[in-house]
Amino acid sequence: MRRDHLTSHTSARPVLEIRDLNLDFGTPRGRIHALRDVSLDVPAAKVIGIVGESGSGKSTLAYTVMGLLPENADVSTGSILFEGKDLLKLPALARRRLLGDRLSMIFQDPMTALNPVRTVESQMIDIQHHEQGSRSEKLARALDMLQRVGIPDPQTRIGAYPHHFSGGMRQRVCIAMALLVKPALLIADEPTTALDATLEVQIIHLLKDLQKEIGCSVLFVSHHLGAVAELCDRVVVMYAGEVVEEGTVRDIFHNPAHPYTRALLECDPGRIRQKTRTLPTIPGEIPSLLGSKKGCIFRARCPQAFNRCVQESPIEYRMGLDQVARCHLLDKKRLVSA
Amino acid sequence: MPSVEASHSEANEGEGLGVLRSVVQQLRNNRLGVLGVALVIFVVASALFAPLIITHDPIRIMVGPRLAAPSLDFLLGTDQLGRDTFSRTIMGGRIPLLVAFASLGSALAVGLLLGLIAGIGPRWLDNLLLLVFDTKRSIPSIIFALAMIALLGPSLATLIFVIAIGSVPIYGRVVRTQTRALRNSEYIAAERSMGASTTRIVAVHVAPNVIGPLLILVSMDIPAVIAVEAGLSFLGMGVRPPTPDWGVILNDGYASINQSPWPVIAGGIPIVLATLGFTFLGEALRDIFDPKLRKDL
Repeated sequence: MRRDHLTSHTSARPVLEIRDLNLDFGTPRGRIHALRDVSLDVPAAKVIGIVGESGSGKSTLAYTVMGLLPENADVSTGSILFEGKDLLKLPALARRRLLGDRLSMIFQDPMTALNPVRTVESQMIDIQHHEQGSRSEKLARALDMLQRVGIPDPQTRIGAYPHHFSGGMRQRVCIAMALLVKPALLIADEPTTALDATLEVQIIHLLKDLQKEIGCSVLFVSHHLGAVAELCDRVVVMYAGEVVEEGTVRDIFHNPAHPYTRALLECDPGRIRQKTRTLPTIPGEIPSLLGSKKGCIFRARCPQAFNRCVQESPIEYRMGLDQVARCHLLDKKRLVSA
Repeated sequence: MPSVEASHSEANEGEGLGVLRSVVQQLRNNRLGVLGVALVIFVVASALFAPLIITHDPIRIMVGPRLAAPSLDFLLGTDQLGRDTFSRTIMGGRIPLLVAFASLGSALAVGLLLGLIAGIGPRWLDNLLLLVFDTKRSIPSIIFALAMIALLGPSLATLIFVIAIGSVPIYGRVVRTQTRALRNSEYIAAERSMGASTTRIVAVHVAPNVIGPLLILVSMDIPAVIAVEAGLSFLGMGVRPPTPDWGVILNDGYASINQSPWPVIAGGIPIVLATLGFTFLGEALRDIFDPKLRKDL
């Protein structure tokens, strides 16, 4: 497989390997094909970013890995190998044992991710239910972790209820909780979207420092390109349920191969050089995901679309050493250069 | 680490009582709530300590003249059989309150359980339970009560059973809807992402969150049940004479109202007081638990 020698430069096996994942949501209007042949790897101790606009399937992918999908979701094909075990084939109990032990997650909205009627202390002790040790040992660990995420005076703060904390503090508590179990893989589903810009930077730096310290892998879902550039080693660009491009942060940001990635980068306000009154956008909208599609998924909004894009779905084309993109233009380029 | 241990036990103590303490605190700031609590305590205590308060045997007839007006000896006068109305009124609160607490208490437990099952369980079970709830709710409650009493015979147990069965669908539906809403909330997803089982999620995270609204509903239902019990006793379908009961006192007094108004007044006032007390309490609790009206957030 092409993908196999792509990752062969990292000696160890990836912590998470997603292969050809297809996921449908059954709705009264028909089946929504929300993830289409998604494949990606999360190598050990690396931070992988998933970017894409709303509705591109980023969060759905994160929820699929964690097994948090609603009842009407149906994984039709594919596998999710976590430490070599296929999460989709694992019995419910065995899968639950991995959650909160080897795998943990940070959610988008810190205002709703904590139970409002229980103290932070009881929630932080509860999440260590896989761990050995007495209550006071677990409390000591919780206090230590709160200190590390920058909660001042954790001894007294830990007895408080979630509504006693501000949004940024709550997200720190959530991060502390997710990392308290020392996971092999942390999934962060837009952890900074609900926070303001100054806090966002702090939280990103906090995540980065803790990731290095603990040595876990992170799957970082975001639509903030700046945050991804800051935090991640590799980037996966998703569009309408498909992975359209994947590569190192450097390659994706400096040498984007897919027209969608380029369009996405042009829309990042942080990268606009000239003064302008209008923010650039990608014209059009995400296509309906009902039923199966022929041809390139991005063709309706692509400025460079041509005949082949309508007839044939693009395969993964390799760019350089470590970058792949699904676009027919790359095929042409390769022919020209060869 | 002694400092950690100390703060740990402190925080641990506060955790269980923290919610209760804040409820008590907020209740104190609510004037109607204070009045409600006072009335409830007054009514419940007088029923609880009735044997110590009464001045005469409530069942013995001809302890005094018939239909006497209030006097120092007979504080609320006597009824048509010469029984002391004050003693009968005090004793008469025991049955309505017992019926209210027993029926609503069991309805609360069963409704909570069924509601949680419907809310968290698979769709077919949810639909089945909703069908059962709605079927019961489509039968008029008084007709249902009269039918059950005719079938099982008038007794305290029948009364409690009938009222409990009538309340379960209402509570079940409230709990079910709350549970449905909660199961999609992010902290339930967060809990799942930490590997918690469904049982644990329901017991530790869902139940404490739905119990607040349910308690409000129950406290608001207590006066209704007291009124229903008095009504059924008034119709002769509740408790049997000579047992003292507010409804029975009202019924007896009604027959002789043109000779003396005192038995009707004596039977009616405690019903009014209890109804007001529990309603005020329920309203105050609703203000406290309703997150939109909360001030400390």
